[in-house]
Amino acid sequence: MLDNHAKLMQFFSEAKQVTGRKKLQKMVYILQSFGIPFEEKFQFHFYGPYSEELTLRIEELCNLGFIAEEKEVKSNYFQYHYSLTNDGTQFLNQFSVNMPSCSECIEILQGKSSRFLELVSTMLYFKELPKDEVKAKVHTVKPKQKYSDEEMVEAWNLIDELAGMIH
Amino acid sequence: MAYKDEQLNEEKVFKDPVHRYVHVRDRVIWDLIATPEFQRLRRIKQLGTTNITFHGAEHSRFNHSLGVYEIVRRIINNFQGRPHWNNEDRLLCMCAALLHDLGHGPFSHSFEKVFKLDHEFYTQAIIMGDTVVNKVLERVSPGFAQEVADVIAKTHSNKLVISLISSQIDADRMDYLQRDAYFTGVSYGHFDMERILRVMRPIEDQVVIKSSGMHAVEDYIMSRYQMYWQVYFHPVTRSAEVILTKILHRAKHLYESDYNFKLQPTHFLSFFLGKVSLKEYLKLDESIVHYYFQLWQEEEDKILRDLCERFMNRRLFKYVEFNPNKQISDLLRLMELFREAGIDPEYYLVVDSSSDLPYDFYRPGEEEERLPIHLLMPNGSLKELSRQSDIVESISGKKRTDHKLYFPKDFLYTIKDEKIIEEIERILYGKEMQS
Repeated sequence: MLDNHAKLMQFFSEAKQVTGRKKLQKMVYILQSFGIPFEEKFQFHFYGPYSEELTLRIEELCNLGFIAEEKEVKSNYFQYHYSLTNDGTQFLNQFSVNMPSCSECIEILQGKSSRFLELVSTMLYFKELPKDEVKAKVHTVKPKQKYSDEEMVEAWNLIDELAGMIH
Repeated sequence: MAYKDEQLNEEKVFKDPVHRYVHVRDRVIWDLIATPEFQRLRRIKQLGTTNITFHGAEHSRFNHSLGVYEIVRRIINNFQGRPHWNNEDRLLCMCAALLHDLGHGPFSHSFEKVFKLDHEFYTQAIIMGDTVVNKVLERVSPGFAQEVADVIAKTHSNKLVISLISSQIDADRMDYLQRDAYFTGVSYGHFDMERILRVMRPIEDQVVIKSSGMHAVEDYIMSRYQMYWQVYFHPVTRSAEVILTKILHRAKHLYESDYNFKLQPTHFLSFFLGKVSLKEYLKLDESIVHYYFQLWQEEEDKILRDLCERFMNRRLFKYVEFNPNKQISDLLRLMELFREAGIDPEYYLVVDSSSDLPYDFYRPGEEEERLPIHLLMPNGSLKELSRQSDIVESISGKKRTDHKLYFPKDFLYTIKDEKIIEEIERILYGKEMQS
């Protein structure tokens, strides 16, 4: 009962601010794939793992005044910033959330670009496949992104690093 | 003749209340329909608990899957000879359309939530596993099953094929809106599909709509908007869903507490243990679930017995509007009061948010996460729908939040302490309840 909302608020409490909807989606997916118990269901969309449930839950949290969404006009698109409000903080203080802290991982993920997190989340989506097949799959589903071998290596390193931190 | 090209001697048709007829000429499609895995879909209702509110909504995933196949078949017929369309993809599209919901289980939404399952995972598992469906697909050509699975999972390299089955305006949505409207009996959900099919055009990596067909698409978007709020998010249906979810939670909890069920819940054991094999998954359908719910009405455990009795006999929870921001302290107090009255709030006081239910609403593309509907303009350029249509623009991005607090009102009258009843009434209704 409202647990899933509270878990996301806990995430924002630790992240302070998240910039970009795509980045938010990929951060939650990556944390979830390492066992952080977010319940939102992800499916593969045209641009990687994406959760409609997460989009809607964030919108609910905004409507409730627990999360603030700021829209910034960029040259040819809108950028969104998300942060926990005072009401959100108060709610969290009254509600016990059963979720391990992941602030260090969040900090690392925040330092990466959304393009790179898209790569990491896509690789994690195919994690059951052998590494060389993952690489082929990434190129199949994201031909326009033209990810380089260096980026792939960097992504695997990040995955190993996060695995070491969370487990 | 190769199996993939084999045609039946005579076209077979299924009479269908939505599309009039579903036409089958390909041997592969005919064989897939005959598989046990596909026939199982007859025993899984398309709308889960909605029939508790709209009694006509008894249609199955089988009906819907045939409908999606038929729409894709008609789209492909219209695409013949058009640029960007490769007719070699015809069978792949039709198989993916037919099998896209193959992994759905009974009351998918509740089962997935309680037992942490994913029907998409099982769709893949059925297509790729040791099943009759897999054998039929692999007979087409080695690797064909994987291609069908990839299209359904949206990880296939051919984005045009994916967009026929899964996009903001796809065969899946066009079938379920019309079918659900027909079987629920509501007057929403209708739109001119024939017109939409006529104005669909394949381009390199998606299906687009000729701009002259914009008004037909507006109708489709509006019908989605109305169906979601009038049918899919109906508060009574959600009440049944809440009870169903709590039954599953209670049964799992009892199993984990070494409770002695009068009859071993054999079909549920792997679900309780969190290790559901494909074979076990395929065995569970709605008849089996109802059988256990029937039995559990006579269990020793009061909560399980009561919840099952409510579900089977439509003695549902009542609800009030709830604002988690303004009323969180009220909720915490209600939980205390329920406990004091001997009513377990874990099972009898439930906040339900509308987005906890399946929800796919039209949103214009934002940061490229979802492909928007594109209109093909006379000069060959593409324009995003909500930039051209005031109607679509007006319902895009609107507030869509709905939270309700569900509880068994009848239980409140059994509380002996009048002070507790008065306080509960005050919180729930701001005054005394009408009995």
